[in-house]
Amino acid sequence: MNLVFYLLAALTIGGGLAAVLLKHLVHCALATTVAFAGLAMLFLQLDAQFAGFAQILVYIGAVAILIVFAILLTRGSELPKDGVFSRSWFVGLVIAAGVFAVLGWAVLESMRALPQQTAVPAVTVHDIGIALVGRYVLPLEIVALLLTAATIGAVIVAMHEKERPR
Amino acid sequence: MATSPLFTELDQIFIILRDWLVGFLPAALRPAAGVVLCVIIIVCLFPGLFALTTVFERKGLGRIQNRLGPNRVGPFGFFQPIADGIKSLTKEDIVPFSANAVVHFLAPLSLVVAVFMEFAVLPMGRNMVLVDMDAGLLFFFAMSASTELSVFMAGWSSRNKYSLLGAMRAVAQMISYEVVLLLSSVAVVMITGSLSLSTIVAAQNSYTGIFPHWYIFTPWGLAGFVMYAIAATAETNRSPFDLPEGESELVAGYHTEYSGFKFALFFLGEYLAMFAISGLGTTLFLGGWSAPLSFLTFIPSWIWFFSKVMLSIFVFIWMRGTLPRLRQDQLMNFAWKFCLPFTLLDLMVTALWRFMGEGWLRWVVSTAILALAYVLMGRMGMRKEHFGPRRYRYAE
Amino acid sequence: MTGVTMGINSPLAGYLLVAALLFAIGLAGALVRRNAILVLIGIELMLNAANLNLIAFWRYGPHPEALTGMMFAIFSIAVAAAEAAVGLGLVIAIHRHTDTTDLDKMNRMKG
Repeated sequence: MNLVFYLLAALTIGGGLAAVLLKHLVHCALATTVAFAGLAMLFLQLDAQFAGFAQILVYIGAVAILIVFAILLTRGSELPKDGVFSRSWFVGLVIAAGVFAVLGWAVLESMRALPQQTAVPAVTVHDIGIALVGRYVLPLEIVALLLTAATIGAVIVAMHEKERPR
Repeated sequence: MATSPLFTELDQIFIILRDWLVGFLPAALRPAAGVVLCVIIIVCLFPGLFALTTVFERKGLGRIQNRLGPNRVGPFGFFQPIADGIKSLTKEDIVPFSANAVVHFLAPLSLVVAVFMEFAVLPMGRNMVLVDMDAGLLFFFAMSASTELSVFMAGWSSRNKYSLLGAMRAVAQMISYEVVLLLSSVAVVMITGSLSLSTIVAAQNSYTGIFPHWYIFTPWGLAGFVMYAIAATAETNRSPFDLPEGESELVAGYHTEYSGFKFALFFLGEYLAMFAISGLGTTLFLGGWSAPLSFLTFIPSWIWFFSKVMLSIFVFIWMRGTLPRLRQDQLMNFAWKFCLPFTLLDLMVTALWRFMGEGWLRWVVSTAILALAYVLMGRMGMRKEHFGPRRYRYAE
Repeated sequence: MTGVTMGINSPLAGYLLVAALLFAIGLAGALVRRNAILVLIGIELMLNAANLNLIAFWRYGPHPEALTGMMFAIFSIAVAAAEAAVGLGLVIAIHRHTDTTDLDKMNRMKG
């Protein structure tokens, strides 16, 4: 529980809060990117280098850009007239606070069963590769199919409808 | 490869210097001080190379275009970057009134930071990697992907139609060619069996007779290198893929509204990205720091690495002066309809190569498949050329 | 609560609390904001929080060499990227039809 962890946690939570509270959509998207970066660094703190770099590559390099493109293509740069929070905002806040209360209570109550400090797992990319094509080959293939279906689906959903020939 | 101790010491001279300098400090501080020293050297060396490259580029382009480049400042114009540096430091820093000041400020910073991080994993000589990471290649691509967002931030925060258009075009181009870049590197990773860049160089560091085992000298390696070079040119927004920043098209694209030092930072970031991606291409396909012929190993490894990188930069400059610019939809078509299928085929041919066993047969089969695919895909791409009223999809 | 005093010593508790807080923030964002794209941002934050949980348990759990947590997190990253692509495609398609992304206005199937 050192200083680096607290700084990274503050960065991540700050990014998340900014993402849901800011008025301008592009600012929200950039704050989300900061949260993703903070999370990637937390993964690196947890000795999961592959997951951390994959997080940067996929989330910051692709998902953040996707969000930003969608904001620009749907004219999200203009502020809505009725304000940015929906009419039922209080209920949503209460639900989220309730979820956090339950999760926090569960974490703190189960402290007795948690390990204190284990040795760093010596995991190399080689091990991850062997696991991917050995034990986890079925999820790998299914995720490949899923990604193909998602790619084709996203293209079809967002495509311009063909103009009828006159 | 028995080389005399003098040449081995010359090869490792920077390591020896670093250890000697760091030896003055107490033992607890030595590793950190060593890393800090290496970082300082990288931060000073590569911008210095950038300064040299700007004057080479202007003189080289000038000669290609049948004129002299800058020749007034210093001997043959080689002090031009000093003049340029002083100019960019003393110019007024204009931020447009309606621009988003925070994002406008952070965009060049995040670009330069991400690009400098890419140099941490490049093996610049024998034992000369700053951080020898197990997943070094993945780290490099992660940092390269982060630069795309700074390009968007720059374009959007300027509140300028041309900037935004330039930024969107640049980002679309970068994400398309990033797929090609990654897939062509995956072929190398498949054969080497590791994502660590120093392992990839070590795997290419052997010789049969006098010829090296560089991956570019194999059929799949040559095809992969060509795809990598095309994708690298597109990733760094260099000609012939420089529509996002072409002066005759979009004023200056996403860095229209930047002046003074921030513009210099963008310029620096672009050239450093070029160095980094050339460095990676050298490591993956051209054998990194290993010598081209087995009797030339007495020349220090870092000289070979930087010579190969400077050769790649020279080819970039050459392409800029020679080839016309591609239009945006031609560029995207090229990426998705030619480069990507060809790179996927290259990946499969690499797998075939790996499992066919040693001998002349695998050379013939791989070369035949790749050449046939190249000719067929090229011909199929050209058949759809029709001349008539064109729909410019990106202008609606 | 003895749990609280013991909990602060365990590094795993810190990561789990950060993940729970980020999940709650993402949930609040998805429920409170009007714009459809912000709902998707909230969902991405929730998925990221779950990933942090997975990696934290992998690191401090009994068998880190089995790589279960890391594999789960990597697949989760891939699936989340695919889901973001399809979701944002849907938002763009809806905007093309109704010229708005305001969720409070999309009540045609009401009543």
